[in-house]
Amino acid sequence: MSMINYASREINCKLVYYGPGLGGKTTNLEHIYGKVSPNTRGKMISLATETERTLFFDFLPVDLGTIRGFKTRFHLYTVPGQVYYNASRKLILKGVDGIVFVADSQIERMEANVESMQNLYDNMAEYGYDLTKIPFVIQYNKRDLPNAAPIKDLQASLNPGWPIEDATRQKQTPDPAHPGETLVDKIGGEWVGHAPYHEAVAVRGDGVFDTLKAVSKFVLKTLS
Amino acid sequence: MAGAASWSFNENDFKQIQTHLLAFLRDSNARCALLVDRNGQLVATVGETPQFDPTAFASLTAADFSANDQLAKMIGEAEFASLVHQGERESMYLADVAKRVILVVLFDQRATLGLVKLKAKSVVGELNKVFAEMFNRVGTGQAQQKGLLEGAEDEIDKLFG
Repeated sequence: MSMINYASREINCKLVYYGPGLGGKTTNLEHIYGKVSPNTRGKMISLATETERTLFFDFLPVDLGTIRGFKTRFHLYTVPGQVYYNASRKLILKGVDGIVFVADSQIERMEANVESMQNLYDNMAEYGYDLTKIPFVIQYNKRDLPNAAPIKDLQASLNPGWPIEDATRQKQTPDPAHPGETLVDKIGGEWVGHAPYHEAVAVRGDGVFDTLKAVSKFVLKTLS
Repeated sequence: MAGAASWSFNENDFKQIQTHLLAFLRDSNARCALLVDRNGQLVATVGETPQFDPTAFASLTAADFSANDQLAKMIGEAEFASLVHQGERESMYLADVAKRVILVVLFDQRATLGLVKLKAKSVVGELNKVFAEMFNRVGTGQAQQKGLLEGAEDEIDKLFG
C-alpha cells in the first residue's frame, strides 16, 4: 500500500523479501546497507535471535531518487523464514507493494523453497492480494555453490507460469534480463506469464542490486 | 484485489492533523506525538523533535501494534485499541486511529498517564473524522496519484540506469 505524502513530497513503498530460512534474505539487506550511501539510507533494524536468525523482521529504508519532485522511499523488510514463525511473517506482508522471493538454489533446499512459495501465496490470499498481479521478482541465490540446481529446474518448480487473462497483457513480452526468454508468451494456445528472475550470490553482492532495481522499478511503473 | 489500495494526503490534511495534535500536546503536557500508518510508514510528527531515527521507530511501532493485535485475538478480544509502555523517565501511549493509523504519544514525568489517556481519547475522536474524510476521497486520491506518475516511465527508467 504505497503512501504519497504531498506535505513532505515523498512516495513511500513497502518491499518484502520472502523465502525459506537461511536462503539469504537478511544478507541481501545487509549488502544494500553496506553499499548505499548513508545519506540515502536509514538505520537497519534487525529483530533477530541470539544466533542471528530473524525472529520478526529486518528493516531498511532506502531512498532511490526523485521522480516528479517526489522522493521515492522504499521500506525493505525481510520475514523470518522458518516455518513456525508464520504468524509474524504474515504480519509483515500487510500493505506490501512488491515482493522478492529469495530462493536457495541448493538442490537439497528445493522442497523448502516450494513450501515457502506456497506459504507466500496462501498468506497473500488471506489478505485478499493476488500474487500474480502485484510486482513480484524471484531471486535464485547461492548460484556459486556446487550443489546449485540448474535454473530451468528452479524455474519449473517455483516459476512455472500462470494464465494471463487480462487482454491488454496478452502479448509476447521479452525478458529484459535474459535475452531470448519471455515474461509473457503463448504456450499451447494459452497466454502464460512468469515472474522476472535474477541469479545472485548475495554474500558477495552479485545480483543483489539487480533484484532491488527490478522490483522497485516494477512497483513505480505500477503506480504510473 | 491485486494488492492493497494506496492512499495519499495533502497539505490541508496535514494542517488539520497538526492543529489537533498541537492542542492535544498543550492540554496533556506530552512531549511529542507521532502518527504512523499500520504498514510502518511515518505520517506526521508534532511537538519536540525526537532524538531517534523516526523511520525505524515507525516500523517498530507498527510491528508492535500488529503483534499485540494478534495477541488480543488469541485471548478472545477484538483488539487492543491502546497500549502503554511505561519507562522510568520516558513513556509511550499508543492508540488506534480509524483502524489504519496509530497515534504514538511520548511523555515524561511532566505528564501523567491518566491525563494523556483522557486527552488522547478526544484527539483520537477528532483524528478519526479527519482520516475518515481522507479515506472517503479514495477515488480522488488515486486520481491524484495516477496523475503524479503518469507518463513518468522515462524518468523511472533513467532512475534505474
